[in-house]
Amino acid sequence: MTDQKSSPTPRKAAPAKPEGLISRLSRGRPTKPGEIYGVPGQGNTLWLSVLSIAIFFFIWWLVTAMGWVKPLFVPSPISIVTKFISIWNNGFTNTPFLEHLTISTMRVFGAFILACAIGLPLGLAMGMSPVMRGLFDPPIEFYRPIPPLAYLPLMIIWFGIGETSKVLLIFLSVFAPVVLGARSGVKSAAIEQIHAAYSFGASRWQVMRYVIMPSAMPEILTAMRIGIGFGWTTLVAAEMVASTKGLGYMVLSASQFLQTPVVIMGIFVIAIIAFGFDLLMRFIERRVVPWKGKM
Amino acid sequence: MGLNIENVSVVYPAADRRPPVEALSKINLTIDNTEFVVALGASGCGKSTLLNLIAGFLSPSSGALTLDGNLVSGPGADRAVVFQKHALLPWLSVLDNVAFGLQIQGIGKTERYDTANKFVGLLGLEGFQDSPVYKLSGGMQQRVGIARALTCDPKVLLMDEPLGALDALTREKAQELILNIWNDTHKSIFFITHSVEEALFMGTKLVVMSPRPGRITNVFDLPFSRQFLAGKSAREVKASPEFIKQREDVLKIIFADEEAAP
Repeated sequence: MTDQKSSPTPRKAAPAKPEGLISRLSRGRPTKPGEIYGVPGQGNTLWLSVLSIAIFFFIWWLVTAMGWVKPLFVPSPISIVTKFISIWNNGFTNTPFLEHLTISTMRVFGAFILACAIGLPLGLAMGMSPVMRGLFDPPIEFYRPIPPLAYLPLMIIWFGIGETSKVLLIFLSVFAPVVLGARSGVKSAAIEQIHAAYSFGASRWQVMRYVIMPSAMPEILTAMRIGIGFGWTTLVAAEMVASTKGLGYMVLSASQFLQTPVVIMGIFVIAIIAFGFDLLMRFIERRVVPWKGKM
Repeated sequence: MGLNIENVSVVYPAADRRPPVEALSKINLTIDNTEFVVALGASGCGKSTLLNLIAGFLSPSSGALTLDGNLVSGPGADRAVVFQKHALLPWLSVLDNVAFGLQIQGIGKTERYDTANKFVGLLGLEGFQDSPVYKLSGGMQQRVGIARALTCDPKVLLMDEPLGALDALTREKAQELILNIWNDTHKSIFFITHSVEEALFMGTKLVVMSPRPGRITNVFDLPFSRQFLAGKSAREVKASPEFIKQREDVLKIIFADEEAAP
């Protein structure tokens, strides 16, 4: 309140001090009509995001075009595109690019679907039943914080170097967040909603089916988004194991031959697929749970 | 017949080195068919505990509740609850929310929509059947809640401060709406409120409760809702000298309880 000029007993120093940039920025200002005063971080960010991306590419281009950094370390954006076209046409290590793409996508989504198919019911059961929670909480909480690379050797010893250990590694990284999301989603239903259903004579199963599961949907969808993110993160680790195909394999083997453009291109491809899927999930979220956060 | 509460006590067990709490002490109350019973009292007097007992969410430590002679031993469709808020299902449309109780009971789509539409009409929600409930105003959401409770044709309607979250104008309109519906459907109603005026205006029987231990201290028979239903305007009823006198009497009791609070 001390910096308000209209306050009845202004402090002596306050009026004399000129309005500096710092004091203007650190103070809440009235909002435009249609916005709510004081909501943290409100405002449209689209153009700033576009600008941020443009600046990123400009600096990248500038650094390479001026020859400030050797292409071995930072190849130019154009050389990435050229590399992409050449790999698209000729493949990488005798495998067509689309096959690399498909096999990685299959691994990630296969593991993701499997993790959801097992993790969502298990998470819901853990939320509903103290028995299930007591039994399954320790193993999940035990392995959850361990980096997949740490138990990768075990996966290989137990399941060999085939597809199983790769998919299993990704599965495990998706599984924990999906279970935890479903489990905490169970708590989303208001007790009044649950009581209302019981007062109509609902069975426990009906309460689960008609109240708890729908109200858990927002958290489940968020958990799935987080889960698939972990899946992509683990892909490269999974494809470290005796792979001959896949985007992770492509990045790894290119890095061994110092083919930096391929490494960067692979990173971009993974990022674009992951981002595209996230957009799809956000779209689904808007369609399935338009009521999220509204009641 | 009707709902009978005999010598019911509820004791919450000792916790955190505090002694056991007697939330309700030897409650005796009868809610006859078509009676409108309003419970009023300072916070902590056990109104909500009493409602939870009738709803069957809570079993008494001693004593018994019977509805038409049958022991109340759990929630059931013969006692529908209207909550203050948060009780609608936002993923369902208005019509599906109203039909929710019938869906739980396994009634087919056409039949339950027919019934639900009847109550949508009764509560003045026509034209909003397909609207998502989260887009409705608080007053309309409460009407959806009441319609939902009515569709299963319960014997008793339990209302836990149903108008507590509404603004004053909407609240008065909703009071009149509930009285008209009560008059049309002949349900018995158990209604909890914090508002003395609302309690006096709506009930046929007023139960004043006091805390520590939660108990019924006074019971009044009230004429005001019948005066309204006989055609007198709500303002007229609430401005009448007998209403005002009754209001001051009840307020005196409640303020005495508040002052006695530690």
